[in-house]
Amino acid sequence: MHGYSFKLNRITLTALASGLLWWQERRLLCVSDLHLGKSDRMARRGGALLPPYENRETLDRLAQAVDALDPLSVICLGDSFDDDAGQNALDPGDHAQLTTLMAGRRWIWLEGNHDPGPVNLGGTHMAEYKTGPLVFRHIAKSGAQAEISGHYHPKASLRMKAGRMSRPCFLIDDKRVILPAFGAYTGGLRCCDPVFEPLMSAKAVAVLTGTQALPVPMPRAEPSRKSLDATDKRPTSVTPAQ
Amino acid sequence: MNTLPQNFQDWFAQRGWQIHPHQQQLLERADTPAALLIAPTGGGKTLAGFLPSLIALAENPKDGLHTLYVSPLKALAADIRRNLQTPIESLNLPIRVEDRTGDTSQTRRKRQRADPPHILLTTPESLAILLSYPDAPKIFAGLQRVVVDEIHALAESKRGDQLMLCLSRLQSLCPDMRRVGLSATVEDPPALGRFLAPSALPCEIIRADPGPDPDITILHSETPPPWAGAGAAYAVNDVLKLVEGADTTLIFINTRAQAEIFFRALWAANDASLPIALHHGSLAREARDKVEAAMVAGSLRAVVCTGTLDLGIDWGNVDLVIQVGAPKNIKRLVQRIGRSNHRYNAPSRAVIVPANRFEVLEAQAALEAVRAHTLDGEPRAKGPRDVVCQHILLRACAGPFDAAALYQEITQAGPYAELSRPEFEDCLEFCATGGYALRAYDRWQRLMQTPQGLWQLRDPRTAQSIRMNVGTIVDTETLNVRWRGRGGAPLGEIEEGFAATLTEGDTFLIGGQVVRYEGLREMTVQVTKGRKEPRIATFAGTKFATSTLLSTRVIALLNSGDWSALPEHTRSWLETQQQVSMLPKPGRMLVESYWRDTRAYTCFYGFAGRNALQTLGLLVTKRMELAGLHPIGFVATDYALLIWGLDAVEDPAALLSPEDLRDGLEGWLANNAVMKRSFRNVATIAGLIVKNLPGKRKTGRQATFSSDILYDTLLKYDPDHLLLQITRAEAMGGLVDFGRIEEMLTRVQGRIDHVKAPHVTPLSAPMLLEVGKVPIYGAAIDRAAAIEAAELMREAGLE
Repeated sequence: MHGYSFKLNRITLTALASGLLWWQERRLLCVSDLHLGKSDRMARRGGALLPPYENRETLDRLAQAVDALDPLSVICLGDSFDDDAGQNALDPGDHAQLTTLMAGRRWIWLEGNHDPGPVNLGGTHMAEYKTGPLVFRHIAKSGAQAEISGHYHPKASLRMKAGRMSRPCFLIDDKRVILPAFGAYTGGLRCCDPVFEPLMSAKAVAVLTGTQALPVPMPRAEPSRKSLDATDKRPTSVTPAQ
Repeated sequence: MNTLPQNFQDWFAQRGWQIHPHQQQLLERADTPAALLIAPTGGGKTLAGFLPSLIALAENPKDGLHTLYVSPLKALAADIRRNLQTPIESLNLPIRVEDRTGDTSQTRRKRQRADPPHILLTTPESLAILLSYPDAPKIFAGLQRVVVDEIHALAESKRGDQLMLCLSRLQSLCPDMRRVGLSATVEDPPALGRFLAPSALPCEIIRADPGPDPDITILHSETPPPWAGAGAAYAVNDVLKLVEGADTTLIFINTRAQAEIFFRALWAANDASLPIALHHGSLAREARDKVEAAMVAGSLRAVVCTGTLDLGIDWGNVDLVIQVGAPKNIKRLVQRIGRSNHRYNAPSRAVIVPANRFEVLEAQAALEAVRAHTLDGEPRAKGPRDVVCQHILLRACAGPFDAAALYQEITQAGPYAELSRPEFEDCLEFCATGGYALRAYDRWQRLMQTPQGLWQLRDPRTAQSIRMNVGTIVDTETLNVRWRGRGGAPLGEIEEGFAATLTEGDTFLIGGQVVRYEGLREMTVQVTKGRKEPRIATFAGTKFATSTLLSTRVIALLNSGDWSALPEHTRSWLETQQQVSMLPKPGRMLVESYWRDTRAYTCFYGFAGRNALQTLGLLVTKRMELAGLHPIGFVATDYALLIWGLDAVEDPAALLSPEDLRDGLEGWLANNAVMKRSFRNVATIAGLIVKNLPGKRKTGRQATFSSDILYDTLLKYDPDHLLLQITRAEAMGGLVDFGRIEEMLTRVQGRIDHVKAPHVTPLSAPMLLEVGKVPIYGAAIDRAAAIEAAELMREAGLE
């Protein structure tokens, strides 16, 4: 699996091209923002009836990684379900697949802003998780050290001669890692958004995901970098009908 | 009421007018269910449409809505309102006229619903919203007539399909309603009549005297046009001379970016400081209003414009039309020419300015077609079903409905006369449950059936968002451009993709001015005055493909043996082509192969229009990749496709096998960006995703995600889903235009003239200079990205 390895507080971690974080030494796999049950939640609220296949797609992709890496532990960094009712939206097939994935390994559900409630699918449910020198939580805290979080769905774009490529990305510096969202129906927040400014140091790296893990200097809002990354070339970002 | 009443006759006489025969004819047919008037601009078309209403209301004053007028342009509605005031005030008629468009205030709209005027002027979208209110039957009670203006333009897009569905709804509410369509010259009036009339009923067609033939010429400049490009900068001085010699000139240019460049070039040479303005769809509304007002006031000598002025207010003082660049389409050329000289019995004057050598041929072919009174036009495809989906949702907003009755009503609309019941059921199913094959939303449907079997919104609160998404125009995302500073004046808009390539200090052209990019603030591009040479904003202006008829005429001209009408430089170009290679023949396809440097070039003269040849380029290069011919890139024009690669093509026929091309469309082309763009439009119209409302878009929301994700998901799990069916149907036309590839294959039937030329051929040489070359994507893109990323990391010292 293609990945970008780096050190956080002397621990070697790998940002995988698939958007997952791998801690080889502990055989620990970390995934963020699965947003299972998203289409169901939109429908419940009277919005558009999106293709109801995102659970299947998300779980299939997760299963590929789990099959390949066979982790001892899996940590879901919150917003695993689009809301607390989301876990009831899993159809029997999705449910069975998730149970199979969880079988035989330690599975931790961290709570997110979308899914603060308990999970009745087994595994452990907690607000944050500390192990070794690392701390895992949903939303990054300013001033934290060796922290791994999700929540923001960062994305970055790379300008090439052939055009511009925009991808979900990891944000990594010497204090923290912010994971991209893994769920099929998730959008991204451009990493030049001011919200990242106090969180990420000047030397932060963005690792673009996709077919390969591509590290680039984290694109910043102007004027610190003069390129206009506030807009990327995808004219297709849309809001599903509410 | 079939003759002109005395007071109207007096009013006509006072103004020194006589009623035109077509006005009289329309008046005599005031009671026919559907009538279509075909008349050139300036023929008193609008008055013809309104006369029966004015007379009826004068003789039988009655409260409530009597006549509905629908136009594609908001500005036209406002202009008609002012024009109608003249007869109403002079004749002291008890008639209230109001317009209702996206610009009308909330309070006024509310009042119009409670107390409608006698004559309401509106747009298709505003009408669709009005019909979606539960009190629609009350609003439209007593409606007698509907006048559809510029129906030829509406019929070219989904706006027309939506309007016809709305007219069917209106007809159910008001069975006595009669329809009148007002149209410019079209190639097939009976087809337009079938579009307008209720399915079972005939449409009476009235043709006004088309007036004298236009006086149309091709500019023969001292400087020959360049080999390639579309700027026509070589002709600036000639155009200025023409402007000087005329009273008021409209200068039509095909795209917005070209209009900006040409406008700038004109002003650079405008020593006499002739007042010349610029008008196109990416300029701020304020800027366009100013230009239009100056035209009305007669203070301009010329306007450089794009298709935005194809329709609109009649300016009586225009006496010359200049078409810069290939006309692409004869019908549009004729309609543009018709914008000049609204004195009915004087000929319109027009000059075509070809922008390059190939366009000289196209201009000549178009001129001959106009003289021969042939018009082009693709036959209308069946009404698209994404529009039906939107119509069903809007119908549900108005209250519970019966499916069978709604189906009946929809098939009464001309474009949907052939919609089958199962096709309709698929649309209803999509609106109700999403219509997914593998997994159902059974609890959270959008539409539910009442115990009586009627369909209604599950949650009535969703009506508001459905109304917000009304309409069939889906724009590319753009950013507003303003002068920097608090309350800086708006200049216009640029595409988001173009904005993303700008860096502080970059300059670009907008509204004829060079501006300097300063930064982005709250999704507005801030600029200051620029000094350097500009880059050009890449506007979304449609790239029309040259019509089939015009392409055929170009081939005929090449083979006519009589090139006397062509300028010397063009003749000698063609003669050299004959010596080095040969000319494309009708019913065959010329393919040329030659080497240049270390690359093998192959040129396919498909004559199928730019969009189709672009698609052919994608398909053929993919086939070449599979055959190990290592294609590197290609470029498509309206006439030909030029591909270059590492290995020579020995058997072009094998690359053009219809089965393989069709497989390519079904298979890998399905993943192409153009298909995804079509899907986005379809999904937006059908109500799966909402439009980004201008100015309402929030920055960087992680809750929004790309419609491409929905497309990929459907393609993987539900390839027969309704929205994918619609997207595939659209690929036959539009940007993919596979229909014209089919037409080309049928025309050629495998008859290929393969010439292996010793060097670059004269006919293909201009293509080497064309912009818009498409690099082949594949594994190459990953490698390019990796190199770029490594470069950035090294620069930043982050390795």
